[in-house]
Amino acid sequence: MTETAIEVTALEHFFGDGEARKQALFDVNLAVARGSLTVLMGPSGSGKTTLLTLMGCLREVHAGSVRLLDRELFQSDEISRIDMRRRLGFIFQAHNLHDSLTARQNVMMGLQVHGRGDPKRHALAADHLLDLLGLGQRLDYLPGNLSGGQKQRVAIARALASNPDIIFADEPTAALDKVSGLAAVRLFKDLGRARGTTTVMVTHDPRILDLADRVVTLEDGRIVEDRAGTARNNASTAPA
Amino acid sequence: MTAFLARLLGRLPIGYLQLMHHPGRLLAALAGVAFANVLVFVQLGLAGSMAESVAIPYRLFQPDLLIISPAESESLSDASTLPRQRMFQALVHPDVTGGTPIYMGRSTWISGNDASSSIQFFGLEPDAGPFVHEALAAPLISLSLSDTALVDTLTRFVDMRGFAAAHPEAPVPFEMQGRQLGAIGTVSIGGGFGGDGVFLVSDQTFFQLFPQRSSATPSHILLALDPGADPGRVATELAQLYPPDAVRIRTVTQAMEQEVRYQMTERPTGLIFAFGVVIGIIVGIVIAYQVLSADVADHIREYATFKAMGFRQGFFVGIILEEAIILAAIGFWPGLALSELFYRSLAYLTNIPIFMTPDRAVAVFIGTIIACAMSGVLAMRKLAAAEPADLF
Repeated sequence: MTETAIEVTALEHFFGDGEARKQALFDVNLAVARGSLTVLMGPSGSGKTTLLTLMGCLREVHAGSVRLLDRELFQSDEISRIDMRRRLGFIFQAHNLHDSLTARQNVMMGLQVHGRGDPKRHALAADHLLDLLGLGQRLDYLPGNLSGGQKQRVAIARALASNPDIIFADEPTAALDKVSGLAAVRLFKDLGRARGTTTVMVTHDPRILDLADRVVTLEDGRIVEDRAGTARNNASTAPA
Repeated sequence: MTAFLARLLGRLPIGYLQLMHHPGRLLAALAGVAFANVLVFVQLGLAGSMAESVAIPYRLFQPDLLIISPAESESLSDASTLPRQRMFQALVHPDVTGGTPIYMGRSTWISGNDASSSIQFFGLEPDAGPFVHEALAAPLISLSLSDTALVDTLTRFVDMRGFAAAHPEAPVPFEMQGRQLGAIGTVSIGGGFGGDGVFLVSDQTFFQLFPQRSSATPSHILLALDPGADPGRVATELAQLYPPDAVRIRTVTQAMEQEVRYQMTERPTGLIFAFGVVIGIIVGIVIAYQVLSADVADHIREYATFKAMGFRQGFFVGIILEEAIILAAIGFWPGLALSELFYRSLAYLTNIPIFMTPDRAVAVFIGTIIACAMSGVLAMRKLAAAEPADLF
């Protein structure tokens, strides 16, 4: 039986109050299997980012239910959401690296969120991840001295450093060339297979669709299409 | 340093790294903290100097008790006169072994180069040795010669080098109040905020200089007590000998402490210094706040990212306090050095007793840490703008 990492039921979300109140999500239902790679697609303003932030414990759930790793987020308090976020990894389109920390130190922050630890072991883990992402020669570079693609890879390493249960990513390959982008997504896939890490990403990159297990399309705050991705189709049609 | 701080904090020293990443801003911040420190040190130095100046005349005398007129009794130099009869009344008390009057007056000394100095005169009986500082007892006897004085070598605005050789057998002449006087010795007292120097004369010379003053109305009365007598008890018993509110009787220490308190808290000068300290602290807080809040604003997306990652409020408080303490700890030293330079310059130029004391330096250092931490606490409000949901 497939384990469910995220279960969204009858989710609705609003922005603003009174007459300015605007509904962003309408009766969204979604179940994401553990270890899968799910792509959220849709035009600008369709609600995919709002859905991502709600599933990522970055917003309060107003109505409906979001169960994340078997914990209900509706009516959860801020402390619970912060604790839950420590089990998640975030990759932002704007990498948001700390400009005064080196690549290694930025990745170490992903480990230090869990409290005091051995700085040497943290540094070794960060070095390993950065090396895996092809940045072994840029460990001590400040973000200002890295290219856009390199920064994004550091951000990916930071998100992966704490061995998260779920990765939420917003256009993680936008700044990467074809080879690097595919390598990064394959890394997510490998983590899904090896560790059961679930990945949910917003992307417009058609190359990613080939690797996705599932593609969910939103329009005007509603899921209008929910289909198996090419990877799943290929897997299911592959000869035994 | 990064490794040391990482071990100390148990995390990457992000505050330190942020400050070092913008050296221009760091230098401006340190200059601001140092400037605020100088402001505070100068005001505290001047206030301390005033307190020291107030204390110096008291240290000339070593009586067990001091009798002062109740009018303007908070200040030694401003107090009204009182009847000498009060001294004789006090001598009736079995524990009072002696008494002597002090006469105080102020005059302007115009030296040869047209510079003028305000001189505080103390008129004492030449045999009042037991009531004065031991170093003054012997020269005091020499003042029995008419029109002689012990002059203050630290008098401001006057070149006192010519008085260095003053001796009872070779008096150095000078003119005061239209009278020819002879300096037969020197003292080193210095001016304060109320005058430029202190001259000691006999009571008889004093009356020649200030003919309107009478021996019957001294400025203060000094009393010596029987060894072993409790000054507090004797003061209480003496007070009962006089009509209500006729005199105030205190030990010299009490009178000195009371005048310092009075000068610092009730006189305009003291209040101005206190106000200056407050201004310095406010300037420091504002400067540190500007730097810290600008730093928070510049890193708002990074902080939002840390929030998204699951870092709690304590982590952010730690970063900002780390920055605040680093600013305080580094900015203090140039402030201290500049203040020391200022003290020395001021002491050289004015002869006022202004100098750095260890307890003042420590107090200002702690105050700087607290003020910068307060700035950090204020700057933390900007962290509310770090909204992780807006990062997507």
